[in-house]
Amino acid sequence: MGRFLLRRLAYLIVLVVIATASTYFLAAAALNPRSNFEGRNPPPPPEIVDARLSELNLNDKTPIVERFNRWISGVFRADFGLTVDGAPVNDEMGRRVWVSLRLLLIGSLLGTLAGVAAGAYSAVKQYAFTDHAITLVSFVILSINTVVLAVFLANAGTSFNNAVGYRFLYNTGEYAPGLEDWTSAGILDRVQHLILPSMVLILQGFAFYSRYQRNSMLDVLGSDFVRTAQAKGLRRSKALIKHALRTALIPMGTFFAYQFALIFIGSIFVEKIFTWHGMGEWFVQSIQKNDVNVTAAIGLFVAILVLIAGFLSDVVTVALDPRIRRS
Amino acid sequence: MVPRKADPDSRSRLVLRRFLRRRLAVAGLFLVALFFVFAYLGPFFYKWQYNQLDFQAFLQPPSSSHWFGTTQNGFDMLALTMRGMQKSLIIGLIGAVLSTGIAAIAGAAAGYFSGWTDRMMIAMIDLLLVLPSFLIIAILSPVFSGKTWLIFVLLLSAFQWMITARVVRSMTLSMKEREFVYAARFMGVSNWRIILRHILPNMSSFLIIDATINVSSLILSEVGLSFFGFGVQPPDISLGTLINDHWQSASTPNGYQFYLPAFLLILLVLAVNLVGDGLRDALDPNAGIGGDR
Repeated sequence: MGRFLLRRLAYLIVLVVIATASTYFLAAAALNPRSNFEGRNPPPPPEIVDARLSELNLNDKTPIVERFNRWISGVFRADFGLTVDGAPVNDEMGRRVWVSLRLLLIGSLLGTLAGVAAGAYSAVKQYAFTDHAITLVSFVILSINTVVLAVFLANAGTSFNNAVGYRFLYNTGEYAPGLEDWTSAGILDRVQHLILPSMVLILQGFAFYSRYQRNSMLDVLGSDFVRTAQAKGLRRSKALIKHALRTALIPMGTFFAYQFALIFIGSIFVEKIFTWHGMGEWFVQSIQKNDVNVTAAIGLFVAILVLIAGFLSDVVTVALDPRIRRS
Repeated sequence: MVPRKADPDSRSRLVLRRFLRRRLAVAGLFLVALFFVFAYLGPFFYKWQYNQLDFQAFLQPPSSSHWFGTTQNGFDMLALTMRGMQKSLIIGLIGAVLSTGIAAIAGAAAGYFSGWTDRMMIAMIDLLLVLPSFLIIAILSPVFSGKTWLIFVLLLSAFQWMITARVVRSMTLSMKEREFVYAARFMGVSNWRIILRHILPNMSSFLIIDATINVSSLILSEVGLSFFGFGVQPPDISLGTLINDHWQSASTPNGYQFYLPAFLLILLVLAVNLVGDGLRDALDPNAGIGGDR
C-alpha cells in the first residue's frame, strides 16, 4: 500500500516537471517580451533593450534552453525570477496564491461533496421526482458557459440584496476596503464576498459529479454484495452507505484529480467577473504583458495543485479499495 | 456490442425509431436546425447587417427598427448576434469533426500498433490532465492573433481529442482480438486498411456520439477563450467576443446586449447536448459510465 502510493507520487512528480517545462517552453516561444520595450515612445536603443531583457532572463537572443536552465535552477531555490516590470515574481505570487486557494478549495470541496451526495441520493431514489430534478438541473448547468453562469450569479446577488433590503452579498472584490484584517467583522465581510464566486464553482462541481456519481452508484446498486449485505440483516441505510456508496466512490477519485485543473480554469473566469486578484487574473495579465516567468510560475502552480489533488484521490482510493491495499 | 443484423436497413431504422421516441432529443435537433437557419438565412431577411452603423441610434433599447437594440457605436445587436452565431456554429462543427477524426485515428493506431505509439499517446493524455488545453491555447494565442480564425479551430481540436482517443484505444485493444480482424490480417490486408475499414466502422456509434458532444464543448471552449481575447479576435465576431464586449452591461438597463447572445448560447449548447443524449440512447443503449466521454 505504501509502495503503491510512493509509486504514484513519483509518477505525479514526473508529470509536474514535464508540465512545468512544457509551460515554460511554450510561453518562451510564443510570448514576445521584447515588444514591450520596443513599443515605448521614444523607442529605447536596442543595446539597452537587450541588456534589460538579459537581466530579466527574457532575452530571445539567448538560447531557450539556457534561459530555461537559469529559470529552473532559480525555481529549485524557490526563486521564480523577475516579472517583465522587474519586480520579483515571488512577492506577488505569495499574495495571489492564497486568494486563489481560498476560492478553489472551498469551491471544489463543497462542489464535490454536494455532487456526490446528490448523485448517490438520486441513484437510490431512481426515477423519483428528486432524481429527475437533479438530472435536469445538472444537465442545464453543464450547458451554461462559466462566464455566463458567473454573470447570472453576480446579478442574482444584486436582486437578492434588493429583495432582502440591505447589502448582504457582494459581487466585487474579496473584501471591503478597510476590512482586510482577520477580525470577526473582517471574516464576516470576507464570507459575504466569498459566497457568490464560490457558488459558481460549487454549482459546476455539483453538476459534474452528480451525473457521474449517479451512474456509478446505479452500477453498484444492482450488484450482489449490496443485496447480500441487506440479506444478512444490515439496515438498508447502512448497507447503502457502507457497501454501495463506498464502492461507487472509487471511480470518482480519478475524476477529482482530472477535474482540478479544470476548476482552476473556471476560477480564471470567476476572478475576472468578481474582480478577485488571484492567480487566474494574473495568468491572463501575464499573457497580455508577455510575461514569460509569471506564466511559467502559474503553470507550476496548477501542476502542483493537480499533484496534490491526484495524490489525495489516490489516498482515498487506497482507503476505499481493499484490493489495492493488499497488492 | 450488439451483433449486426443481416439486413443493414433494419438497424438504421431501429436507431431512427429509438431517436424519434425521445421527444427532447427531437426538440433539440429541431432547435439546432433553427439556429442554423437563424444564423445563415436570418441576415437576408433582416434590415440591418452586422457591419452597418446606424448613426441615429446609439445604445438604443429594443425597438421596431432594431429588435434587440443597438450597441454604443450604433451596431444592431441582433445582426451582430446572427453573425456571431455563424462563427460559433462553424467552429463547433469543423472542430468536432476534426477532433473526433484525430481521436479515432490516433486512438486506433495506439491500440492497434501498441508499443511506442501507444506509450507516447498515454503520456500525452496524462500531460493534458495537468496542463489543460485552455492554458496551452491561451499561451499560444499571441502566435495566431491577427491570423485567420481557422488556426484557432485547428488548435482547439488539436487539444480536444485526447480523452476520446483513450476510449477508442481501449475499444481497439479488444477489437484487435476479434475474428474478423484476424481474418483480414491473414488475408494480407494492410494495417491501416484494417483500421480504417474494419476497426473504426465498428465503433461508428461511439464516434458519432462523441462528435456531437464535441460540438457543444468546442462552442463552450471558444466562448471561454474569446472572452479573454485568446480566441476569435476582431474584426471576426463570435458569441464569445459578443459576451466579452457586453457582459458588463448585464446589470445595466442595456442588459439585452448581454442576455441575447448569452441565452442563445445556452439554448444552442443545451440543444446540441440533447441531441447527443438522444443519439447515445438510440445508438448505444448499453452505454454506461465509461461511454460517457
